[in-house]
Amino acid sequence: MIEIEHLTKHFGATHAVRDVSFHVKRGEVIGLLGPNGSGKTTIMRVLTGFFPPTAGSARVAGYDAAEQSLALRRKIGYLPESVVLYPDMRVRRFLQFCADVRGMSAARKRARIDSVMHDCGLQEVAGRLIGTLSKGYRQRLGLAQALLHEPEVLILDEPTVGLDPRQIIEIRGLVRALRGRTTVLLSTHILPEVSMTCERVIIIDRGSIVAEDTAEALTRRVEGSDRSLVRVEGPAEAVRAALAAVPGVERVEPADAVADVSDCAVCGFIAHSNSGEPVRKAIAAAVVGHGWGLIEVRPLALSLEDLFVRLVTEEGAGSQGSSDLSPVTTSNQ
Amino acid sequence: MTFLALFRKELLSYFVSPLFYVVAAVFLCLSGYYFYTDLIFFVTFGFGMNILENFWQLLLVDLRLVMLLSIPLLSMRLFAEEKKLGTIELLLTYPVRDGEVVSAKFAACAVVFGVMLACTLLYPIYVNILQPFPWLPLLAGYLGLFLLGLSFIACGVFVSSLTESQVVAGMATIGILLFFWIVSWNEAATSPQLLRLLIRVSMFDHFQTFARGVIDAQDVAYFLSFIGFFGFLTLRVLESRKWRGRR
Repeated sequence: MIEIEHLTKHFGATHAVRDVSFHVKRGEVIGLLGPNGSGKTTIMRVLTGFFPPTAGSARVAGYDAAEQSLALRRKIGYLPESVVLYPDMRVRRFLQFCADVRGMSAARKRARIDSVMHDCGLQEVAGRLIGTLSKGYRQRLGLAQALLHEPEVLILDEPTVGLDPRQIIEIRGLVRALRGRTTVLLSTHILPEVSMTCERVIIIDRGSIVAEDTAEALTRRVEGSDRSLVRVEGPAEAVRAALAAVPGVERVEPADAVADVSDCAVCGFIAHSNSGEPVRKAIAAAVVGHGWGLIEVRPLALSLEDLFVRLVTEEGAGSQGSSDLSPVTTSNQ
Repeated sequence: MTFLALFRKELLSYFVSPLFYVVAAVFLCLSGYYFYTDLIFFVTFGFGMNILENFWQLLLVDLRLVMLLSIPLLSMRLFAEEKKLGTIELLLTYPVRDGEVVSAKFAACAVVFGVMLACTLLYPIYVNILQPFPWLPLLAGYLGLFLLGLSFIACGVFVSSLTESQVVAGMATIGILLFFWIVSWNEAATSPQLLRLLIRVSMFDHFQTFARGVIDAQDVAYFLSFIGFFGFLTLRVLESRKWRGRR
């Protein structure tokens, strides 16, 4: 459904995207994951026909993004990163405008507007000016306009950014409901989000694909973390020595960066271990055995930054090969 | 169909914004004052019998000044506002041609200006009730005003597509249009050959024939090419997103 081959986009001397290739099958939900400024939005803008790539090609639903932009734009629905809609238009009027621009028949227009307003929960604000809507409603209206013409491909740029937790769950639910029917490409910089909504994840950093994997594998990777946060009420130096002595623990470092250790009675450490070894049980036993108070011991989830650092270093150390390689699935270093 | 949808959207946004009503009110107040003073002038000093030359022609020439100051305020928001808000990004990912976007914006502004200009038809109707006079030459003058207005709008749309700031767009448009007015004023500052060329370029010299009640194909062609030229430039600016990568 989406075929990107060696896509490169420069803005003057800036390389926004370099040599990115990936394919998305019909009905798949794909997550584009990367920090801000990594080139996600640029890729999406190429896919929406907003501007053509500098080199390489992008095809959506069989249409080339540069050559057949108009036909392509009929097939896609797009939710931009900052959903700005005409503030002086009313919600229903705006959806009517979108339907008219897409040349819908009067009957289909009415049916589809009612349908998306229901799906996105917009009925109660149908007559409100867009400028007076809350961020959550505006985001939902943005999604409604993207879904209006039942597009074959849906492109969502950071669909949940700036929403409150309840709204995030709603939007994720809406996206999940599309699985199998519509091809969805969504971008985010929030790691758990992709595992909740996407089947496959493409990780992108500084304009290049760093890794490509299924959401399950990524989640497993993140949860199977080999770092444990330990917070103990006890003498810091003794605790540190005791932790280092636990079998399986390779290295212990202070946890100031990741945990709140402002309470002077409590010290926090990160225990690095060989992955796969169940060290947390042994750590707990060791702390309790010394008679200190065990405040908490938990696996430290891999943050997006950690994941990037890891992926980038792996790629550098391993094969310098094509972006189709998936360093995530290789064994730990 | 697409054009119609875009056109309706643009027109709607004019009529829901206070700016249009303010501009229209100022336009009509100033033209009403010009009408009043020009008429008093004509009646008091009564330069012969020729109402066309001594009254309507003066009024038409005065109206274009009011237009020069009010039309840029109507055209300045067309692209600048969408660029500032960011709505242009979404609009250009809809299946619309750039040409449809530009022409819909131009047409909506033209209709709004047309409505304002049509309101001033009240003056000839009023005068005609008091004292009937030949209509057709005045209609030629109005055609001239309308073409002049369309040229202002074409220039305004182009300038608006260059910037995110409405104020910058408005001021720059006024500047460009005023330049086209005064470019042929000072005979002393230019050589006779250059002056001949400048008179060809000057928008307001081309308007003079209309004000006299004459429709000259050469002047119609001038205004149409002026509009076409700026329309072409606007399309090129929109296209520049393809290689500039900015909105």
